[in-house]
Amino acid sequence: MAIEQAIERSGAAAAAVSTAAGGTMSDAALRRVLHGLDGVDEVGAVARTASLATRSIKKDAKLWALDAAVRMIDLTTLEGADTPGKVRAMCAKARRPDPADPAVPPVAAVCVYPDLVPVAKAELAGSTVGIASVATAFPSGRASLAVKLADTADAVAGGATEVDMVIDRGAFLAGRYGLVYEEIVAVKQACGDAHLKVILETGELVTLDNVARASWLAMLAGADFIKTSTGKISPASTPPVALVMLTAVRDYAQMTGHQVGVKVAGGIRTAKDAVRYLVLVSETAGADWLTPDLFRIGASSLLNDLLMQRAKQLTGVYSDPDDFTVD
Amino acid sequence: MAAKASGRAAPATAAPPADGQAPAPAVPAGMTAPPGRWDYAPAPESTEIVSIASEYGLFINGEFAPAQDGKQLITLNPATEAPLAKVAMAGPADVDRAVAAARTAYERTWGPMPGAERAKYLYRIARALQERAREFAVLESLDNGKPIRESRDTDIPLAAAHFFYYAGWADKLEYAGFGPGPRPLGVAGQVIPWNFPLLMAAWKLAPALAAGSTCVLKPAETTPLTALLLAEVCQQAGLPPGVVNVLTGAGETGAALVAHPGLDKVAFTGSTAVGKEISRAVAGTGKRLTLELGGKAANIVFDDAPVDQAVEGIVNGIFFNQGQVCCAGSRLLLQESAADAVLDRLRARLATLRLGDPLDKNTDIGAINSAEQLGRIRELSDSGDAQGAERWSPPCELPARGFWFPPTIFTGVSQSHRIAREEIFGPVLSVLTFRTPQEAVTKANNTPYGLSAGVWTEKGSRILWMSQRLRAGVVWANTFNRFDPASPFGGYGESGFGREGGRHGLAAYLDA
Repeated sequence: MAIEQAIERSGAAAAAVSTAAGGTMSDAALRRVLHGLDGVDEVGAVARTASLATRSIKKDAKLWALDAAVRMIDLTTLEGADTPGKVRAMCAKARRPDPADPAVPPVAAVCVYPDLVPVAKAELAGSTVGIASVATAFPSGRASLAVKLADTADAVAGGATEVDMVIDRGAFLAGRYGLVYEEIVAVKQACGDAHLKVILETGELVTLDNVARASWLAMLAGADFIKTSTGKISPASTPPVALVMLTAVRDYAQMTGHQVGVKVAGGIRTAKDAVRYLVLVSETAGADWLTPDLFRIGASSLLNDLLMQRAKQLTGVYSDPDDFTVD
Repeated sequence: MAAKASGRAAPATAAPPADGQAPAPAVPAGMTAPPGRWDYAPAPESTEIVSIASEYGLFINGEFAPAQDGKQLITLNPATEAPLAKVAMAGPADVDRAVAAARTAYERTWGPMPGAERAKYLYRIARALQERAREFAVLESLDNGKPIRESRDTDIPLAAAHFFYYAGWADKLEYAGFGPGPRPLGVAGQVIPWNFPLLMAAWKLAPALAAGSTCVLKPAETTPLTALLLAEVCQQAGLPPGVVNVLTGAGETGAALVAHPGLDKVAFTGSTAVGKEISRAVAGTGKRLTLELGGKAANIVFDDAPVDQAVEGIVNGIFFNQGQVCCAGSRLLLQESAADAVLDRLRARLATLRLGDPLDKNTDIGAINSAEQLGRIRELSDSGDAQGAERWSPPCELPARGFWFPPTIFTGVSQSHRIAREEIFGPVLSVLTFRTPQEAVTKANNTPYGLSAGVWTEKGSRILWMSQRLRAGVVWANTFNRFDPASPFGGYGESGFGREGGRHGLAAYLDA
C-alpha cells in the first residue's frame, strides 16, 4: 500500500504519525504522507460506482436496507430560519419516525446549529437519539481557531453528543496541511466525549485525489467520522466521493486497526439513493461498516421516502405521502 | 477484506489512534444492533419477455426454412444444461442457396441502392435492437451463460451502437479516406464466435451493410439464438431479402461457407487454430480475408498506479464474460515492488464477486459457455498446478448443474509456463512480475499474440512510452475492455489482421 511505503520512506512523517498526540505536524511531513497515497483514477471510480448502482436489492434485503437506512439517518435542519418549534417537531420525528408503526426504529441523531442544541437535548431526553451539532463556523469555516473552538465548546456545553466540524478548505487547497491537521486536533480536544465528524466539503476539494488526502488527514488527526459535505455546496455527496472515502477508512482500519466512520450528506432524498450508498458501503468498506456506529446519512426528506418504501415492502401498496408526517 | 475489528475498539496489537486518545465511546445502545451479513435477495430477470421456439430454421433470402437435409442441432442453456431449442444445421446445399441469395441481393438491390437509403435500414435495425433490448439480453444470457448485467449493459447496447455508428457512414463513404467513389466488395461470408454472439454479429454486419456489401452470417454452434432473433429484426426492418442471411450450424457449416467460391470476402472471429485453417482455405482464391483471433493480453500495473481502480481493471480484464474474451487481460504483469499490495487487494475484491444464476441481476460471474470450453479451461489450469504455479480462488460454491469454473488466480507464474503462453479463454489469471518498464514491454511482447494490452500508471509520459512499444492492436491506459464503435479493434501476429470498428472497419468491406 502506497501510504505505508510513503510513511516508511519518510522517517519524519512516520515519527510524527506515530507520536501525533500533542505533536506538531509540518506541512512538508504531511505532504509526503498524503501525496504518497495511491492516486485515484476518476474515470475508474465513476465506472465502479455506476456498476454498483445496478445492484438490484429486493424483498428481505430491501426491507433490511430501509430499516438500516432509517437507523443511520442524522435528521438534519440547518436553516437560518430554524426555530425551537421546528427543532422540537424534528426531534419528535427522530424518536418515532412513523407514529403508525412502532416497529420503525428511531434515527441515529438529529443535527442542528449549536444554539438549538439545548432545545434538542430537552426534547430527546430518555431516547437513544444522538444530538449532533455543526460547529467551527459552519458552513464556510472562515473564522479564527479561537472562534471555532468557542463554537465547539458551546455546542458540547449545550449537550451535543456529536460535533460536525468543517475543515479549512482554503488552507487545504493552499497545501497548508499542518494547519488543517492542528485545527482538527484542537477541535477534537474541545469535543471531550462528543464524537467528532470532520466535514471535508468535497464539492470544494473537487478532485478525488484531494478527497483521499483530506480523508487521511482527518483520520490521522483523530476524526471519529469523515463526512462528505455541508449540504450548502453543490455537488454535495456523490457516489464516487463516497467510494473514495470508504476506501480510505477501509485502508486506515487495515493499517491501524481503528475503524473510522463515514457520513454522506447533501442531496440524498430517495430510498433508492440511500440503498445504493449501503451497497457501496457493503462492497467497499465491508459489512463491518453497515451500522450507525460507522455509517451515517445526513438528510431530512429522505426519511419519509424510506418510510413510504418500507410500507410498500410490507403491504405491497404505495401509501399516500400524507400518511407520513411532515415535521 | 477490511479489518474485522469488532465495534470501535482497536485490537491490542494495532497502533494507537493517531490523536493518541482512546477511541470515542460507543454510540448509545439501541442503535448499535449488529447488522449481520446483508445478503442480497435473489433478483432474477424474468424470462417471460422471450419466447423461444422449439425449432428454428435457416434465414435465407428473407425467409426462415429448415436445412435441406433436415439436420438439426440442440442448443443448451449452459447454466443448467437444459435444452433451449433445436436449430437447423446448414449443409452445402443451404450454403449454395444463401450465397446465391446474397449475390442476387447485392447485384439487384443492395449494391446499387444509394447510401442514404441503406442507412435508413441500418437505423431501423439499431432502433429495433434498442426497443427489444431486454428480450435480446435475456436470450443472450440464456444461450451463452453470461450474466444479465453484462448482456443488458454491454452486449446489447454496444450492438445497437455499432448499427447506429455505421448507419452514419453509409452515405459518407466518399469521405472515409479510401479515395473517390469507393465500391462495395460484394458478398461476405462471416463466421463468428460464441463469446459475444449478438455483438459479434453486429460488428460483422453493420460495416458490411453500410458499405453496400451483402452477408452470409454463420453464428457459433452453441449460441445461435440471438443471431436468429436479429434475423427476425431484419425482417421487421423490411431489409430486402438476401441482404442478410443467417446459417446456423457447426464447424462443417462454417468450413463449407468459407470455401464457397461465390464469396468476395471472408471475415472470421474465433480461435487461432481455426483462423489458420481458414487462411489456408482462402489462400489463392482472390477472396479478401480478415481474421480476429486469440490473445494473451498483458495487463501491466506499475507501482504508481491508482491501485483500487487498477484492481477493478484487472477484475474487468479477466473476469468479464468469465474471461471468454479474446482481448482478456489474462496475464497480469505487476511491478515487483507493488505486487504484494496489489495481490492483497485483488484477492479481497475477488471475495466479493457473486457467481451464479446468469439471469440474476446481481450476478458478476456466470456460466462457462460449453462443456468443451470448460474442459479446456480445466486442462490448462491443471497444467498450471503441474508446472508449479500457485492456484488461488475465493471461497465460492459452484452450482451443481451447468458448466462452471471459479475465478482463479495463479501466482508464481513464469513466461515458460503454458498458462502464461496459451490462451485459456476462461476466468483464470496468470500473475507475473517485472522490475523495469523495459522488462514489462519485453515480457508483454513475448507472445505470438498481439491483440490488446493494459497499462496502469499515474505517469502520463510512461503511458505514451509503453504504448509506442507494446505490440498490440489496442493499448488501454488506466482502463481495460473499453469498446466503442468509433474505435478500431484488431490484432498483430497470431491475433489476426484487419480492423473492425471505426472508419478502419469499413475498409474490410469496400473495394478500395
